[in-house]
Amino acid sequence: MTALEVSNKAEPDFDVIIVGAGIAGCIAAYQLAQQGRSVLLIERGEAPGSKNLSGGVLYCRGMQEVFPDFLDSAPVERRVTRNYINFLNAESSIGIDYKDTRLADPVNAVTVLRAKLDPWLAGKCEEAGVFLMSGVRVDRVLTENGATGKRVVGVKAGDDELRAHVVVAADGVNSFIAQEVGLRAKQPLNHLATGVKCVVNLPAETIEARFGVTGDEGAAFAVVGDCTEGVGGGGFMYTNTNSISVGVVLRLDDLTAKRKVATDVFDHFLTHPFIAPYLEGGEVIEYGCHMVAEGGLGMLGEIDMDGMVVVGDAAGLTLNTGLTVRGMDLAVASGVAAAVGIGASLERKDFSKAGLAGYRETLFASPEGKDMKTYAKAPAFLEVERMYKDYGELIANVLYGAFNLDTKPREHLAKVAIRAFKKSPVKVRHLISDGIAGVRAL
Amino acid sequence: MLDDDQTHIEVNQEIVKATGCGTAIAACCAARVYTEEPDGSLSVEYAACLECGTCLAVAAPGALKWHYPRGGFGIQFREG
Ligand SMILES: Cc1cc2nc3c(=O)[nH]c(=O)nc-3n(C[C@H](O)[C@H](O)[C@H](O)COP(=O)(O)OP(=O)(O)OC[C@H]3O[C@@H](n4cnc5c(N)ncnc54)[C@H](O)[C@@H]3O)c2cc1C
Ligand code: SF4
Repeated sequence: MTALEVSNKAEPDFDVIIVGAGIAGCIAAYQLAQQGRSVLLIERGEAPGSKNLSGGVLYCRGMQEVFPDFLDSAPVERRVTRNYINFLNAESSIGIDYKDTRLADPVNAVTVLRAKLDPWLAGKCEEAGVFLMSGVRVDRVLTENGATGKRVVGVKAGDDELRAHVVVAADGVNSFIAQEVGLRAKQPLNHLATGVKCVVNLPAETIEARFGVTGDEGAAFAVVGDCTEGVGGGGFMYTNTNSISVGVVLRLDDLTAKRKVATDVFDHFLTHPFIAPYLEGGEVIEYGCHMVAEGGLGMLGEIDMDGMVVVGDAAGLTLNTGLTVRGMDLAVASGVAAAVGIGASLERKDFSKAGLAGYRETLFASPEGKDMKTYAKAPAFLEVERMYKDYGELIANVLYGAFNLDTKPREHLAKVAIRAFKKSPVKVRHLISDGIAGVRAL
Repeated sequence: MLDDDQTHIEVNQEIVKATGCGTAIAACCAARVYTEEPDGSLSVEYAACLECGTCLAVAAPGALKWHYPRGGFGIQFREG
């Protein structure tokens, strides 16, 4: 028995210990405290949120179910009413501009900045009775050998050993905790992407004029193609109240295979002639990077074992459909589901994997859990190379033929399209197979 | 806040050189923490690290020892 496999059966210090005060951890903590459980929430950052970075579009319906006053009292930036999907080529740009007042009533998505949102969430937790310990890194979990194998009984942070009936690993995409106990394998590179982002300060009026929004409305730009120099992934530009979140997400298998330098790709995107005008005159007030889980359902590891559950990014709960990057809403849903499952296990005093099964059941019965299954094929579809280069150029060449009135007589658009198509590396069979795959995946 | 006493990144130069994974490690890091030296080894500026974990994901097994800095130390985002 190792030093960490503690054998004395002392009464636990808390009902539940949660590692990580990100969105998933805070939501689980808040819900459990509301049930009257004793909860310890441990965060390695000096303050909650100080280690966290996201693109920033939060699909907020789940959050509003937990906090009905979320939109009015939480630090949200703008309410997203305009979604712009952009195929970017070196010299051209093609966009689908989707504006819809229905997206504002009821509000469906808001932009957030995590260093502001997470402290608010943690504050709510404390108000509800959660004991928050910030500036403390959990080093590992404490395990005991139970009847059915290893079970988790607490955590070790520095010299402190703290015990609980149930531990929640809410420690984000790198989840050393879940890896340590074997719930999650080292991920293949196509399941991971690196996100590089900066926040650019601009006056609210300038943002509203450039992005075509008014008041507290906001825009979310999703960009594919030349923004990543062909690397699988994409770029984004999201409006905050007085700043713009702008960055790229680069799939690691493709970034390394193409031998691109992450900072070069990021610079290329920000200085791209179709992007730079939106940022002009702004001041970069922060630069950061963070990993993104990209594997979808295929990446979801084991999410429960005796004495422990895994939530949010730590479990691999993210969804990239190409148009939307979703992780924060899944973090909320898994936090809520974990609180349901753990609540039931505390009720029955059964902290085994079977006793915690309510978590998995509740998660996959939720809309977010169902979406994980619906989009199970999206990651493979998004690995198709043509998405990041050839399609954008093909469409641009067709449109160029139509709009470039170069004194030659016009041809029927169909002819122009066929010629552009012949020049493009995209073949009919690609269009068909990608089309079918796309419809099935998305 | 910088942890002056403890680096949180250790490179196994032998493995890096033998596998040639130094190029990928240096290229994936958005904080430009790593510089690949002419002999294939990596020099590290750990104070610049933004704690994303990308380098560890890309590294050949055993090439890097990487963990989060001690609680309260390291990067502090104000926006996120
Ligand atoms: C560039 C980028 C763009 C994105 N865009 C979007 C988007 O537009 N919309 C969206 O919904 N999602 C987006 N995501 C994904 C989203 O950010 C994540 O899915 C979400 O943050 C997951 O929340 P979480 O609570 O599971 O993990 P995290 O937010 O990572 O929280 C984990 C917490 O655990 C703490 N922690 C870790 N280890 C320890 C330890 N050992 N001891 C103590 N504390 C520890 C961390 O400090 C952190 O506070 C994006 C991600 C990136 C990187
Ligand atoms: S963790 Fe991220 S920022 Fe730090 S050295 Fe590795 S790649 Fe660079």
